[in-house]
Amino acid sequence: MSTAGDQLRVVASGEMAPAQVGAALAEVTSSETALRRFLAGLPGVDQVGADQRAAALATRSIKAAAKAWAIDTAISMVDLTTLEGADTPGKVHALCMKAGRPDPEDPSVPPVAAVCVYPDLVGVARSALGSSPVKVASVATAFPSGRASRAVKLADVRDALEAGADEVDMVIDRGAFLAGHYGRVLEEVQAVKAACGPAHLKVILETGELATYDNVRRASWTAMLAGADFIKTSTGKVAPASTLPVGLVMLEAVRDFAAATGRLVGVKFAGGIRSTKDAIRYLVLANEVAGEAWLEPELLRLGASSLLNDLLMQRRKQRTGAYAGSQDFSVE
Amino acid sequence: MARFEYAPAPESRAVVSLRSSYGLFIDGAFVEPVDGGSFNTISPATEEVLAEVALAGAGDVERAVAAARRAQREVWAPMPGAERGKYLFRVARIIQERARELAVLESLDNGKPIRESRDVDVPLAAAHFFYYAGWADKLDYAGFGPAPRPLGVAGQIIPWNFPLLMAAWKLAPALATGSTCVLKPAETTPLSALLLAEIFQQAELPPGVVNILTGDGATGAALVARRDLDKVAFTGSTEVGKAIQRELAGTRTRLSLELGGKAANIVFEDAPLSQAIEGIVNGIFFNQGHVCCAGSRLLVQESVAEGVLDALKERLGTLRLGDPLDKNTDIGAINSGRQLDKIVELAASGEREGAERWSPSCAIPERGYWFPPTIFTGVAPSQRIAREEIFGPVLSVLTFRTPDEAVQKANNTTYGLSAGVWTEKGSRILWMADRLRAGVVWANTFNRFDPTSPFGGYRESGFGREGGRHGLEEYLDA
Amino acid sequence: MPEGRLAVNKTYKLYVAGAFPRSESGRSYPVHAADGALLANAALASRKDLRDAVVAARAAQPKWARTTAYNRGQVLYRIAEMLEERAAQFAEQVARSEGLAGAEAGRLVAASVDRLVYYAGWSDKLAQIAGAANPVAGPYFNFSLPEPTGVIGVVAPPGSSLLGLVSVLAPVIVTGNAAVVVASEERPVPAVTFAEVLATSDVPGGVVNLLTGRLAELAPVLAAHRDVDGLDLCGISEQDAAALERAAADNVKRVLRREVAPDWERRPSPRRMLHFVETKTVWHPIGA
Repeated sequence: MSTAGDQLRVVASGEMAPAQVGAALAEVTSSETALRRFLAGLPGVDQVGADQRAAALATRSIKAAAKAWAIDTAISMVDLTTLEGADTPGKVHALCMKAGRPDPEDPSVPPVAAVCVYPDLVGVARSALGSSPVKVASVATAFPSGRASRAVKLADVRDALEAGADEVDMVIDRGAFLAGHYGRVLEEVQAVKAACGPAHLKVILETGELATYDNVRRASWTAMLAGADFIKTSTGKVAPASTLPVGLVMLEAVRDFAAATGRLVGVKFAGGIRSTKDAIRYLVLANEVAGEAWLEPELLRLGASSLLNDLLMQRRKQRTGAYAGSQDFSVE
Repeated sequence: MARFEYAPAPESRAVVSLRSSYGLFIDGAFVEPVDGGSFNTISPATEEVLAEVALAGAGDVERAVAAARRAQREVWAPMPGAERGKYLFRVARIIQERARELAVLESLDNGKPIRESRDVDVPLAAAHFFYYAGWADKLDYAGFGPAPRPLGVAGQIIPWNFPLLMAAWKLAPALATGSTCVLKPAETTPLSALLLAEIFQQAELPPGVVNILTGDGATGAALVARRDLDKVAFTGSTEVGKAIQRELAGTRTRLSLELGGKAANIVFEDAPLSQAIEGIVNGIFFNQGHVCCAGSRLLVQESVAEGVLDALKERLGTLRLGDPLDKNTDIGAINSGRQLDKIVELAASGEREGAERWSPSCAIPERGYWFPPTIFTGVAPSQRIAREEIFGPVLSVLTFRTPDEAVQKANNTTYGLSAGVWTEKGSRILWMADRLRAGVVWANTFNRFDPTSPFGGYRESGFGREGGRHGLEEYLDA
Repeated sequence: MPEGRLAVNKTYKLYVAGAFPRSESGRSYPVHAADGALLANAALASRKDLRDAVVAARAAQPKWARTTAYNRGQVLYRIAEMLEERAAQFAEQVARSEGLAGAEAGRLVAASVDRLVYYAGWSDKLAQIAGAANPVAGPYFNFSLPEPTGVIGVVAPPGSSLLGLVSVLAPVIVTGNAAVVVASEERPVPAVTFAEVLATSDVPGGVVNLLTGRLAELAPVLAAHRDVDGLDLCGISEQDAAALERAAADNVKRVLRREVAPDWERRPSPRRMLHFVETKTVWHPIGA
């Protein structure tokens, strides 16, 4: 008897021809029952082992040229974010200026990947960024809780897109997920993906609310099966936000999904990433778990606000040998 | 070239001040050997001579045993347990304080990655002293009857794979009971034991309580040949262990042996696969496979064998082999030319006997002793690489279909030190653990060590336990 | 001391949640040396201070219990190190509080250090003597382990101001409990200074909370507090004990009764530790 779980093992083992893979995945997403079986058939994640692996990778020592490369790469992966009730056009404008040219004194500093704002401020960001390569990302779907009707969520997405968003960061319905309604989660991501059209869709799992690594793995696969371009750890509004072991589990998921389908899904780590050391640890993790293909902004993002200045300070330290001061870079 | 090329990140050698030559540590002082012999110890990663070390002969053994006997009778055994314990706490604390120095020295002399000496060997050594320190005044509660007495003087011979840690495993429980020690470190790795001797001096441990005799096999033989030891504790090869057991036949000397192994690491289809891959890697490539309890036989359920092997090979591609002092090194140097020859010979036998050999592409340094991580697939249980201990980074892969078959294959060895079981099914873990003839069974993990946890083998892996409450019994007259 | 220089005296405060607050009541009481001289004004803790201390203990306890036994042992050993370093100061305070000669007080301080070392050593051994693998008649793996009871109220001995305190506190916390201690009413000065040692010894805030004040005011509140799981009545007089034990029954507190004539210098057995642990037994099937 061939169950969805069995199919996954075959899919994940990479032993299937591409056409078969497509058919197998279509079957997996064909019904709530099939999806549930498929997700239940995923190999479990041993928490202790995952924590230890992440901790071991965190001891990698990145020095000299490797560090310089990592800092610039990390800057180019930053989604410079402001998601506060107190956000104003002025704040967003300032952030956009910083995003395009993080260090006005040093044009060799690359721009960040994107600015990330609420939908009503997308227009401000769009016009502030002008022809800059920096993308505009917008959270949507009743961020951060996701507690609204499907219609409201889709309207939220359309608002963001109409205002000029290049990327949409949606949240999954964690309530539905935890209640075991995986099909509902899948459908909702599919619906948002359809609404996005060419815009990139990042799917926020809010791993702090999913609680277990098994759930993180299942949610990752659900999002990828539904067409996510990125899977993203957190809204930044729930503790714990992004952690290295959760990152490890998600990077394994995109790696396995790529092996099975040939499609590379990106990963965005967001929340709690404040220091250069943190950022480099995520780069090491991506490098050694998913592989070096993921070391570019198309497939790896760091959602953060204060991180950028720390990267700039470390960058200057690398160049001048002296530690930078806390007021050396602009605070938005 | 890789996108993200990690720059060299070597740990500084400056923290270690090597002397050009070292004497023997007898009766609290460093002394010249009676016959004046010496040998060099080298760094296996570079073949550079690190220091000249005294070679103890029979006369030195006699002096050391006499010092240990006197210290045991006059000082150490009469001392209240709480006071003995405080010496051991001091030693534990100084090991913690001088941790980096010990780690660098260990990696220099042994060839193991600094990541391991820093994160495993040295902290565990300190933890062993800390744990047994606490037993010194609680022996009445250890379960071996009321008022157990110390055994006396122990001769202890340790291997080169975890030089400092094995010294701690031997010394800490003996000292806690009120016994005293003559410790003989391995020929290729004497330096961390000598630094430990300095630590004993710094801790003001009474003279003679621990004596350290560097030397070769003949030194160890001279120690075992004495008839005035109360105890011999040996960790090393099964061959030498058997010779020691024969040597002590007919004497009243107590013996514990921690010998070789050929552990099965058993992966079921319902295992947490990502963690199992890590466990396989850690099981056989930790410390270059120079681990008696290494998971050198991978038994993988046929239904997932192909996927596991693919994932394993991919993972091996990310291992970093090279300078042991580089903080990013995963695989260091083989400890000696002699050991390298043995690994090379056994690996060649695997190919000759028809197993399929695979290694990731990795650059091997020009100087020093190195062997790449190696996997043999299509291994038959009859082949030498499935039966003999290789003691190197070489994994033999076999398959099984049912739990019964896994048990049968796992137990089909003359050894019985350890085993690993990977499955998310708890009841199966315990079922397997019941049937595996091995002194340690790791479930969904591998190569974990803790001072509270007894360690030791079944069958030709030896007898006696080190660690935990059980470890005390080896040094108690109860 | 230089001629004409005025000494700066220390204010003795409570120790709650890792901080040193005054009593919320703003009260204090005079503490006298054995010879009658005024030693200090100690904070006179109120019922609200006690309530705050229990809240702090409850908040800190789960994490302390999850800390590895090895780490808890290290922390207790660290307390011993810090106490040893301040031995002279403690000897002076114990001598004045208890009216002892300097050498005698010094001996008690040394014994207090050794007592901490003794309990430090128990951290990762108690489970090895109090736990068991039970050979049940069936295909089950069955084991029993001691777990900390939770928040323990400790009424410290009235006489032995340091050694007595250490001897009742260490066995409570080494197993992973958190403690709310009411110090000796008449001799609280060494206890407050000991709290300073705790605060600088890697003991997480809230694991030990120490109050000074009137036993008559604090002990009944502690005994009746429903978020306190155990009670050491060591410092309670014979005639007061029964009422407190009755109050403790309301939430089935584990009560350690006062000893008739405690000898704090004798090496203790594991009894005090075992009084404030629960035995948990786990069954698990064995099958392929």
